[in-house]
Amino acid sequence: MGSYVLRRVLQMIPVFFGSTLLIFLMVYSLPGDPIVALFGDKAADPAQVAALRQKYYLDQPIWKQYLHYMGNLFQGDFGTSFTGRPVSEIMADAFPVTIRLALMAFVFELVVGLTLGVLSGLRRGSVVDTAVLILTLVVISIPVFVLAYIAQTIFATNLGWVTPTVQDSTDLSQLILPAIVLGSLSLAFVARLTRTSIGENLRADYIRTATAKGLPRRTIITRHLLRNSLIPVVTFLGTDLGALMGGAIVTEGIFNVQGIGNVLYRAINQKEGPTVVGIVTVLVIVYLVASLLVDLLYAVLDPRIRYA
Amino acid sequence: MPEATRVRWVLAAATSVALVASGCGSSGGGGSSSSDASKTFSYQSSEPQNPLQPANANEAGGGRIIQNLFKGLVDYDPSNATLRMQVADSIDTSDSQTFNVTLKSGWTFHDGTPVKSSNFVNAWNWAATTTNNQINSSWFSDIQGYKDVHPESGAPTTTTMSGLTVTDDTHFTIKLTTKVSYFEYKLGYIAFSPLPDSFYSDPAGFGQKPVGNGPYQFVSWDHNAQVVTKSYPNYKGVDPAKNGGIVFKMYTTAEAAYADLQSNNLDVMDQVPPSALATYKNDLGDRAIDSPQGAIQNIGFPLYQPDWAGPEKAKVRQGLSMAIDRATITKTVLQGSRAPASAWVAEGVEGYKQGNCGNFCNFDPAQAKQLITEGGGVPGNKLTITYNADGGHKEWVDAVCNSIRQNTGVDCVGDPKVDFKTARAAITGHTVTGAFRTGWVQDYPLNANFLADVYRTGAASNDFGYSSPEFDKLSTQADQADSIQASATGYQQAEAVLQQDMPAIPLWYYRTNSGYSTNVQNVTFDSFGNPAWTQVEVKG
Repeated sequence: MGSYVLRRVLQMIPVFFGSTLLIFLMVYSLPGDPIVALFGDKAADPAQVAALRQKYYLDQPIWKQYLHYMGNLFQGDFGTSFTGRPVSEIMADAFPVTIRLALMAFVFELVVGLTLGVLSGLRRGSVVDTAVLILTLVVISIPVFVLAYIAQTIFATNLGWVTPTVQDSTDLSQLILPAIVLGSLSLAFVARLTRTSIGENLRADYIRTATAKGLPRRTIITRHLLRNSLIPVVTFLGTDLGALMGGAIVTEGIFNVQGIGNVLYRAINQKEGPTVVGIVTVLVIVYLVASLLVDLLYAVLDPRIRYA
Repeated sequence: MPEATRVRWVLAAATSVALVASGCGSSGGGGSSSSDASKTFSYQSSEPQNPLQPANANEAGGGRIIQNLFKGLVDYDPSNATLRMQVADSIDTSDSQTFNVTLKSGWTFHDGTPVKSSNFVNAWNWAATTTNNQINSSWFSDIQGYKDVHPESGAPTTTTMSGLTVTDDTHFTIKLTTKVSYFEYKLGYIAFSPLPDSFYSDPAGFGQKPVGNGPYQFVSWDHNAQVVTKSYPNYKGVDPAKNGGIVFKMYTTAEAAYADLQSNNLDVMDQVPPSALATYKNDLGDRAIDSPQGAIQNIGFPLYQPDWAGPEKAKVRQGLSMAIDRATITKTVLQGSRAPASAWVAEGVEGYKQGNCGNFCNFDPAQAKQLITEGGGVPGNKLTITYNADGGHKEWVDAVCNSIRQNTGVDCVGDPKVDFKTARAAITGHTVTGAFRTGWVQDYPLNANFLADVYRTGAASNDFGYSSPEFDKLSTQADQADSIQASATGYQQAEAVLQQDMPAIPLWYYRTNSGYSTNVQNVTFDSFGNPAWTQVEVKG
């Protein structure tokens, strides 16, 4: 197990370099010049453009810019945005907000999704099962931004329970509605995955054996059925945590949550290389760690799965 | 976000002296309730793109904050766009080339230090020097010695412009390289704000925590969330604040801001989102705002392309202009958010002359066809209109093309470029072969700004490659006029020349479509599309 973890961690290094290089190349090969764009509608002054290019190291060939960037990164310097703020500071402000939002969405989809999935999986064909199927189908077929606007209209404009947008992004209670919207799509997937998985395993030999042994139904479900049925769900949930963080762009825009999605959206628009590369690099690391955790959880859930 | 990429040129704003006098800190206009001068109101904003330095803000997010924190020699009366003195007591000139500035005494920065001549001169020198990387540095190009601090290439040879001389604490002179009769109007731009002496020790730190001399002082900048300001009690301007301060709340989308406005979580906003244009007057009732802006939308032509260079092609462009049904398009497709243009200068601007486009801005299909035929027709009988697809322009470009197709038989299609930057690169790189959308938002509310900076030979924003000796001559004459009024009249004559050549077709003027919450009153907008900040009253 220990060597497996070590190997997985070592694998993360080339992935890290590869992804940062790719992101870097993509951001810097976008059409348009970020320095000229700073001047907006007005004609850019050539002398000032040249001076600014030099200031932001943009007058160098792309490979030199990458080396320069990586060199700074390893000294803990993520670079500076056009606003004059260190990118590390921008991320330190925005990531906690998005992590909180993503975790709330994650807990929501985990608890509600699993409950719905188990209920409908155990009682296939019942009213509960049909209701869950219809509900999840509706949620899957509606794009997140539509769902967000509907939630905003109903709960804020019509009922007045909440404010239409988040007034204070650090206030957890205000993040509940965006978190529910953000987690709803994944919730539908979790519920359906769990339902199918449970339905299959219910007919498995080991469940029949356990039932024949006369084990109480409660023990059969929690110790045997759930444990085996959760493996595909955990795989999904692991990668989903990363997806929630990246996918927050739309939700954060609509609810005006000042998280990483908002910052990333603006940085891409302004072609702020350091900010975009910095944020995406951190997101890549989140993905890597999440998938590592998933693989480790496999071994816990099913002792037959061995990595040595 | 239709106008997100379009830069807004923001400037100082406040209401007329009459309103100040009648307001007197208590109740505002007719039928309104009492107000509390200590309460703050919130305004829709976006995270500034640059540090908060006056010469470095040229977009709405930073510009509107800077213009409230700083006050220059002059600003523009928000009710009628005319020039009024602020820190300056007088700006005298006898030859439109040397300007003698006298400052009022008693003005102080928010740190308590007095505002002196040197605060202006040093700030301008610092801003103009290339090595300080200020985006608005070219604003100082009229001043003598600019080339020394801002050479076209290489390092500056000095850090001070020879045209600026401090006489004493309240007097200094500005000497320009050529005569610019309306230079005073330029001085209202935020780049000309003074900086306190403390600025130079740490410009970067100042950009995060600015100290100004304006009606509001900086309190805090919670990045990506809000900038908080409070009114400055020792402000000596003609427009002291009738409210306790402004909270600039950052929004990513206008939709989110509008939802907040409707539920009174936001007090005043910029411009309602396009999705709300049809309904906002119903939603907000008498709190809806619909007022003119000093901005115009045009279709430009690449006169540097052989296809469009011939003098006879002017008739084709005049004909195309007459084939566009501006009244219908502004009413239906643009839902009344624009007003049909009849000149190259936007309405509400000093020197605006209605109908200066002549008959060529009137819808007349028969005349349109005839002119196009006389001019030898559109090259290939096909017109493309290049525009940026991220700016909400598709609908009207299609409508203009339909109008042209139906009324003249010329095949017309839109040519979308992925975003503003790409479209600008194509236009400034002279790779466009057909027509393209252009626009102009005033830097200062004077007709010269819409003409000299756009249509003069070699002007920085002359995207058309237009060059008319007659237009240049009349512009130069207007520049040398001995008063701003004479200069404005001179530019009206220059504008009339554009009729003959039609380098760009004026389409329509922008309007401010906005609104405010039930918490505030006395909200009016100026021609920059900004509210008269200091006049907003928060209900008690």
